[in-house]
Amino acid sequence: MSPVFYLVAALTVAGGLAAVLLRNLVHCALAVTVSFAGLALLFLSLDAQFAGFVQILVYIGAVAILVVFAILLTRGSELPSGEIFSRTWIAGLTIAAGVFALLGWAAIESARALPAQTAAPAATVHDIGQALVGRYVLPLEIVALLLTSATIGAVIVAMHEKEPSR
Amino acid sequence: MTPLAAYLVVAALVFAIGLAGALTRRNAILVLIGIELMLNAANLNLVAFWRYGPHPEALTGMMFAIFSIAVAAAEAAVGLGLVISIYRHARTTDLDQMNRMKG
Repeated sequence: MSPVFYLVAALTVAGGLAAVLLRNLVHCALAVTVSFAGLALLFLSLDAQFAGFVQILVYIGAVAILVVFAILLTRGSELPSGEIFSRTWIAGLTIAAGVFALLGWAAIESARALPAQTAAPAATVHDIGQALVGRYVLPLEIVALLLTSATIGAVIVAMHEKEPSR
Repeated sequence: MTPLAAYLVVAALVFAIGLAGALTRRNAILVLIGIELMLNAANLNLVAFWRYGPHPEALTGMMFAIFSIAVAAAEAAVGLGLVISIYRHARTTDLDQMNRMKG
């Protein structure tokens, strides 16, 4: 593996760790944006240009902005006064460490059996568009319906309801 | 370590970090951030298997990743809308204080 891969992987993991550990919520949002950017770079290093740019557009452009909006609307930018981790954090950390140990062990143990095609696949945006409106047109329509209903649902849930006279 | 195994280990690490964040943080927005990290780690796995697996011209892994990104975006919008709605109602985003089903 090239040093660039290790650098980008370290950036991604460090961003994720900072997002989970930092106290200030705005710092957490910025750290998770760094992690999203690192993942986009990993997609690009996997010759998946389209997925990499979609990752930048959707995650850095939309999800990170949504998270910042939510933080500011809920006054999360004020530093939390009390404890930031829940009472059962030891159990959560143990479960996460166990999951990582299992997944990492499985990936390393099966390394020789994993497929290792070396030739870079040629997936142009043209091919992806053809596949989206050809073989995958039904999932595409379902996702369109899902996104529409999710947008309407999010607006209705978060809409300021007119309060009757108290 | 083969390239695919290296990507899988990175994805496992990001997934574990997201899981730890979702399980240990008190703030509901941080729990959603943890879930987003977990979804991203799964996407990295899908794209890595597409790149190194046989028949990349079928674009299966890539399509999985693209649809997964779309569903994750919808999930983030609804989740954050719920957090804002609950904050307006209960004046808190602390999950330990959200202990009433009744409004």
